[in-house]
Amino acid sequence: MNTAKMKWPYPIEWNKTETVEADVLVLGGGAAGCFAAIAAAEKSTRVVLVEKSATVASGAAGSGCDHWESAATNPCSKVTPEELTEAMIRAFGGYNNGISHYIECREGYDRLLDIEKMGAKIRDTQDQFKGADFRDEQTKLLFAYDYFNRFTLRVWGSTFKPAMARKCRRCGVRIFDRVMATGLLTENSKRSGRVVGATAVHTRTGKFIIFKAKAVILCTSRPSRLWLFSAEVPGISEFRPFQCCGDGHAMAWRAGVEFTMMEKSVKAEWSGLKSFPPYSTGNNHNTWYAANMVDAQGRELPWVERDGRILENFAERFRPSPGQKLYLKGGGEPNSTVYDVQGPDTLPADELLKQGYKLPFFADLTSLPEMERKVIWGLMVGEEGKTKIPVLRAYTEAGFEPSKDLIQSYGDGWKSGTFLPKERQLFGLPGGVVNDWELMTNIEGLFAAGDVLFASNCFGHAAATGHYAGRHAAAFAAKTESAEVDEKQIAEEKRRIYAPAERDSGVDWRELNTAVTRIMQNFCGAFKSEELLGTGLKMLADLRQREGAKLSARNPHELMRALEVINIMTNAELVIESCRSRKASSRELEFVRLDYPQDDPQEWKKFVTIKLAKDGVETDSLSLDYYGELAENYQKHNEDYEGGK
Amino acid sequence: MKEDTAFVVPGDRTFFPVEINPDICNGCNKCVEVCQVDVFAPNPEAGKPPLILFPQECWQEGSCVEVCPRKGAIRWKRLPSSRVRCRRKETGEDFFI
Repeated sequence: MNTAKMKWPYPIEWNKTETVEADVLVLGGGAAGCFAAIAAAEKSTRVVLVEKSATVASGAAGSGCDHWESAATNPCSKVTPEELTEAMIRAFGGYNNGISHYIECREGYDRLLDIEKMGAKIRDTQDQFKGADFRDEQTKLLFAYDYFNRFTLRVWGSTFKPAMARKCRRCGVRIFDRVMATGLLTENSKRSGRVVGATAVHTRTGKFIIFKAKAVILCTSRPSRLWLFSAEVPGISEFRPFQCCGDGHAMAWRAGVEFTMMEKSVKAEWSGLKSFPPYSTGNNHNTWYAANMVDAQGRELPWVERDGRILENFAERFRPSPGQKLYLKGGGEPNSTVYDVQGPDTLPADELLKQGYKLPFFADLTSLPEMERKVIWGLMVGEEGKTKIPVLRAYTEAGFEPSKDLIQSYGDGWKSGTFLPKERQLFGLPGGVVNDWELMTNIEGLFAAGDVLFASNCFGHAAATGHYAGRHAAAFAAKTESAEVDEKQIAEEKRRIYAPAERDSGVDWRELNTAVTRIMQNFCGAFKSEELLGTGLKMLADLRQREGAKLSARNPHELMRALEVINIMTNAELVIESCRSRKASSRELEFVRLDYPQDDPQEWKKFVTIKLAKDGVETDSLSLDYYGELAENYQKHNEDYEGGK
Repeated sequence: MKEDTAFVVPGDRTFFPVEINPDICNGCNKCVEVCQVDVFAPNPEAGKPPLILFPQECWQEGSCVEVCPRKGAIRWKRLPSSRVRCRRKETGEDFFI
């Protein structure tokens, strides 16, 4: 152990300020941010990308992804973008982002082709899986889940981000890695006024950076660490990467951006706090679909389709049920109970126990057809972000053989761990920024893409919306004059962000993050009421005033963590305010109001929107189909789109 | 703003998420540059293994191992709390990874 105090190893630039001018400024360099920058760079000469980590592997899928959803326009797909988007909207009872998912279904495959041209791998060029049921012999594309409809592709996602980062550089995008955006600048500092840039701080040197821009694209992550946090192992508190904690949501909220669905949270499943990584334990979903599962005595767990009919043949796990057009994901749609898109799954855990199956359960790859075993334990586990090294390589080095060995499950049924109902997270299409058909927010010049949007999900969604926002932001910038940033707003932001670094001692960021999660669990857990939520807000304000005012950072890295936790407190307030605004329970939103117990009454079947205004929180609503007719509106806003190049 | 100084107390934990072999590592710092949470920092002495400043923050995805050009220079280590149970099907024998 080395606990000696040492000099910070990077040059310190606390007192330096740099000003950078751009036409289009992209905040966040994950899948959405890279594509936003690449698309913008085709129309603008000055594109700047700001990334808190390192663009080469940053973002929720930076280190890899094993499958690409909603590629409805790939040559083998049997569904149209319209059919698929409508199925996704139905699957969540209408609480979905019709615009962003239509863009995903319509353009996602074009982005995949772009990625291939950048040098990444999207098809089985080496014929590793020749002859497999999930392979198209002509295109060499590999499919997952529904082998009949073929709209989800198995991909070599660990090759994607390095290729995208290289492409950004080749396009002339100016990348600022290790720079954390802290605030949005608006014209005359007006809340909800036109965006004119952003402020940022270098996470290694502490330098303050002012970005001036005609258009800004928010490509940051969804919030995390609101209910789940471990001070001992903070890095594995959540499913998505540790640093993806929703800085953009907090910045946008402070600037007066409109949000929706932030009241939705789900009981946690995807966190390293109970087992890690979630995909390293025995299961049969997602990456591991459709692994066989056995009980403690080696008895195979039966698979059933949506009507409860036992599936006798292995191949049936990859086909829609009789009379079903398509299913969305193998292993069912965990957050949807909608019948028409339900996929095959093993019987629920409680039913299995009733029938005498013994815990614990194990994943059993040994009895799979060889190609299925090879594609799970190889491509899928090898390309999913968190499993390439920690699972595929580490298990193999430890002597694990997929043709001989079983892996235990720990949670209910196939799940990797079981959490308490009050331990929640933003997953399964959570809330976010409201967008129009240009992916612009309510703030003029501020666009959004990827996980920052409401009802976001995967890589394809991020890539497709990123590119789309990039095109529209560049078009906006081209017809817009620069506006001056307000020096007063900059001075205030500078004072705010450096405050923790001014204190040589005080409260550590981990203490504060732990306290936020305790408040959220106790006052915004599985059961909500006006009284609980109101108390939660008061406790957050108290925390901010007492310990928040004493946050201390000894170096730029700790300053980044401190600023993240300040954002996490803001996001907690945003979530609680959103919960207060929906005065009705909702099964679709996994939202229980003890004081409004009726589920989904007709008058509340709408998006409740919320923003911070001059006099406090303002709420409003949008109809669930506010986006209108999909194909027609898309066409209206994309007349010059040429498809994949 | 205060003067241009800053310091760090390297993570005082007993278990580190990665193990660096100083005989193989040549201090190229590729792991430092790829790490998304900035666990490492370059060693002030050129050619030496990087410093592990914030081991708790490691999100355990292994990019540092992935980019390392020298085999055996850096090894990913599973947290004791994340250990998993496997079973050899034929013999019923358990083993832990």
